[in-house]
Amino acid sequence: MTERSGSESGPAHKTLEFGMALLIGAFGLVVIFGSVKAGINWGAEGPRAGFFPFYVGAAIVGASAINLWNAQRDDDGRVFADWGQLRQVMSVLVPTAIYVASMPFVGLYVASTVFIAWFMRWLGGYRWLTTIAVAVGMPVVTYLVFERWFLVPLPKGPFEEWLGL
Amino acid sequence: MKPFVLNVALAAIVMSCANSAASRAAWEPVRPVEFIVPAGTGGGADQMARTIQGIVTKHNLMKQPMVVINKAGGAGGEGFLDLKTSAGNPHKIIITLSNLFTTPLATGIPFNWKDLSPVAMLALDEFVLWVNAEKPYNSVKDYVDAAKKAPSGSFKMGGTGSKQEDQIITVGIEKATDAKFTYIPYKGGGEVAVQLVGNHVDSTVNNPIEAVAQWRGGKLRPLCVFDTQPMAYDEPIADGKAWKDIPTCASQGLAMEYLMLRGIFMSPKATKDQVEYYVELFKKVRATPEWQDFMKSGAFNTTFLAGADYAKWIEAEEKRHEGLMKEAGFIATAN
Amino acid sequence: MEELANLFHGFAVALQPYNIMLMIVGITLGVIIGVLPGLGGANGVAILLPLTFSMPPTSAIIMLSCIYWGALFGGAITSILFNIPGEPWSVATTFDGYPMAQQGKPGEALTAAFTSSFVGALFAVIMITLVAPLVAGFALRFGPAEKFAVYFLAFCSFVGLSKEPPFKTIAAMMMGFALAAVGLDSITGQLRLTFGVTELLNGFDFLIAVIGLFGIGEILLTMEEGLAFRGGNASINLRVVLQTWRELPAYWMTSLRSCLIGCWMGVTPAGATPASFMSYGIAKRLSRRGNNFGKGEIEGVIAPETAAHAAGTAALLPMLSLGVPGSPTAAVLLGGLLIWGLQPGPMLFVEQKEFVWGLIASMYLGNLAGLIVVLTCVPIFAAILRVPFSIIAPLILVLCAIGAYSVHNSTFDVMLMLVFGVLGYLLKKCNYPLAPLVLAIVLGDKAEEAFRQSLLGSQGSLGVFFSNGLVSTIMALGLVALFWSAIQDGYSRLRTSMA
Repeated sequence: MTERSGSESGPAHKTLEFGMALLIGAFGLVVIFGSVKAGINWGAEGPRAGFFPFYVGAAIVGASAINLWNAQRDDDGRVFADWGQLRQVMSVLVPTAIYVASMPFVGLYVASTVFIAWFMRWLGGYRWLTTIAVAVGMPVVTYLVFERWFLVPLPKGPFEEWLGL
Repeated sequence: MKPFVLNVALAAIVMSCANSAASRAAWEPVRPVEFIVPAGTGGGADQMARTIQGIVTKHNLMKQPMVVINKAGGAGGEGFLDLKTSAGNPHKIIITLSNLFTTPLATGIPFNWKDLSPVAMLALDEFVLWVNAEKPYNSVKDYVDAAKKAPSGSFKMGGTGSKQEDQIITVGIEKATDAKFTYIPYKGGGEVAVQLVGNHVDSTVNNPIEAVAQWRGGKLRPLCVFDTQPMAYDEPIADGKAWKDIPTCASQGLAMEYLMLRGIFMSPKATKDQVEYYVELFKKVRATPEWQDFMKSGAFNTTFLAGADYAKWIEAEEKRHEGLMKEAGFIATAN
Repeated sequence: MEELANLFHGFAVALQPYNIMLMIVGITLGVIIGVLPGLGGANGVAILLPLTFSMPPTSAIIMLSCIYWGALFGGAITSILFNIPGEPWSVATTFDGYPMAQQGKPGEALTAAFTSSFVGALFAVIMITLVAPLVAGFALRFGPAEKFAVYFLAFCSFVGLSKEPPFKTIAAMMMGFALAAVGLDSITGQLRLTFGVTELLNGFDFLIAVIGLFGIGEILLTMEEGLAFRGGNASINLRVVLQTWRELPAYWMTSLRSCLIGCWMGVTPAGATPASFMSYGIAKRLSRRGNNFGKGEIEGVIAPETAAHAAGTAALLPMLSLGVPGSPTAAVLLGGLLIWGLQPGPMLFVEQKEFVWGLIASMYLGNLAGLIVVLTCVPIFAAILRVPFSIIAPLILVLCAIGAYSVHNSTFDVMLMLVFGVLGYLLKKCNYPLAPLVLAIVLGDKAEEAFRQSLLGSQGSLGVFFSNGLVSTIMALGLVALFWSAIQDGYSRLRTSMA
């Protein structure tokens, strides 16, 4: 099933390394900013809330700067992943993102059914019968185990409301 | 905040269904009731909630199941905000402790108890001043003298959480005695009691249930209780002494009183029928022998209030907390 | 020996048919709870606690402690098969367990994990039986400074292990610390780094980060290779158990060391998580095959599993004798004891002999029953890897979503999980180590809390960390662990210059 395009074209590893270091560095700046707001000095009760996060944030920024420098220094011309591979990754990531984003509105059960069915039918190429059996079976089992047995409520949408669950 | 809008919309549907039923009979839950605990698993509020859940299940007091859910984030703020945003959903109730008042004041989260619908006060939790049994303080006077004599800041008080009930009491003691304490916050009450046994702190204000085992084991000594009158339980616990024999702090010259609310609230905009249903439910719970055992094991003050009396009590208590916390400098400035 | 007589009486109690039935029900429920992410030991026990109110206390605690064992065993399954640790102390198990499964050895990894858990727990129970009163007193000596020293040791024995570039390790670890700091600061009771976002009040829960970084990240990495799931050719019969058992005795030294670390961490009570990381780190340093750790070394499964379970079991001792829970699950069990009218504490061993020894006997039996149940299921678990990827992947993703949701009942956490998933994929591709990040999320705020509690007590003097023999020793051990490779270097250089 492996789908490998012969060409080694894709985003350069260096670019990603660079982006990652910048992203982490930016996160560090956010941490520093939040810490300063919480107070970074020593108060009457010892170090204040922002004392430790401040130095942690500073360390992140420092380490990222070095990583950034390293990233631009050793450019070995590798690619991060070729486009075919990235397409594979996206074929999972995008539906998962839609699945997660739709959950607050349609509830976990409906979203899961559609998600599993999509995955099995389009990525796995299974027959409709198998697909539907798994896609419907899993949420039903989940409902029984979590909601009935362990009394853990999971997010529900209009469909469950309509069923009166 | 689209999910919330949707929740409200759903809740409205539920309400309309519920109302059509309610027009005939008094209101009753039509789906599982979520019992929110604004504290972690294993703590005092959690224990009480799970005991209630067990009693309700065992005695079949409710047709729908009761589900306990912990929402402890942000000193309980998570739980309160969850309820605040579920207006009109009658299948959510919450058990509160003092963080009902202290959390919004100390952290500045946008919440006030008036956002919720009060149901009933189940009990009040007592606070007792404890010292290590090896220490020579046999009375409040010995203790206060020792605390005053110690170099400033070296006398340590252990407690649960920061800017919450234990620290409020500590500040109250400081004001009443002019002694100076260093307050050290820990995560849980049991841990605080053990830190006292291990002499890592000099005193604590643990709830009875958190320290009773160490008292019986001869490791800790109670000095006084922060209530207007001694506790009601006269069964001997240790050395022939009972909870009843612990004097009130005020009678020992330490003018500080503090009781912690163990009460129930429900989501905003609850109807009278719905509140009534839960009040009746908790009355039934209180009548069971299991509940009475539980009250005894924790030496609780069993005052029960509902309706306007309850609201009045909370109102007064909120003012008091605001005053106490303002004086102590615990109010969140800006965030 | 009065204790032994009591213990045999306890066995008699635990071996009543009703109690044996509860034991098996408990183990089975526990394994299910352990396998389903998000339920976990503490939640599972809490959810089932009210069901036990109508039972006699001894039967109830037998069932609950068996759920606890089952959950402990169950946690290893998802760590090894899918790289998704359900509990903080299973994280270290993934380091070598998951590579083993990918190399077609899931049966070996599972057998090693289960057996090590059993050995660790058994060692701890024997310790509880024989030296309970002696050890319980030791826990009292642990104030904030000592606790911080233990966390310090856990960090030190773990950092410096990774082969990734040092500044990437630092960046990853510091990110973990920063994420751990979000939410309520427990010392000042003040919110920090939440930027007014209600959903961040809770901070970043370990479980959500780990499900995303490890679980989702791994699925994305697998997708690069196409729709194949490695490890599908695993042998799935029971012979693998016996074969693995033949190998295990060679690692007795690692087991013993891990048992001791675990018992120590459990009693103090610092808990199973530092125990598992510490044990893994030390095993890697001392093992002759240390360089192979992280690539599917069986010793790398034995060390953390043994220590975690020795600690998890030993944690029940301070709970019973002092009333301090050594783990979240123990905290829930403690609540149960109080509800049944039993007061944990110094008097429990004197007043409630039947209960205490019934419980200890059930630890022996429950553990054994658990081992038998899970070992017979090894082929079934291993066979899961044969399910085609395009069926198992969406199911794993759905289970991950449920797990992330049920931590705080929030759909925000599910989105967060996905963000962590993408982050995990990118970090792994860019050669940032994930383990230090997770270790920092799990222990970061606890370490900071202990540090600041100590400073409050000492009024700001750092001398508190060397103020007595106990804390100084642990701190010194930590420093040795931190500079271990430098010390080793110096030693070998010394030897060559001598020669």
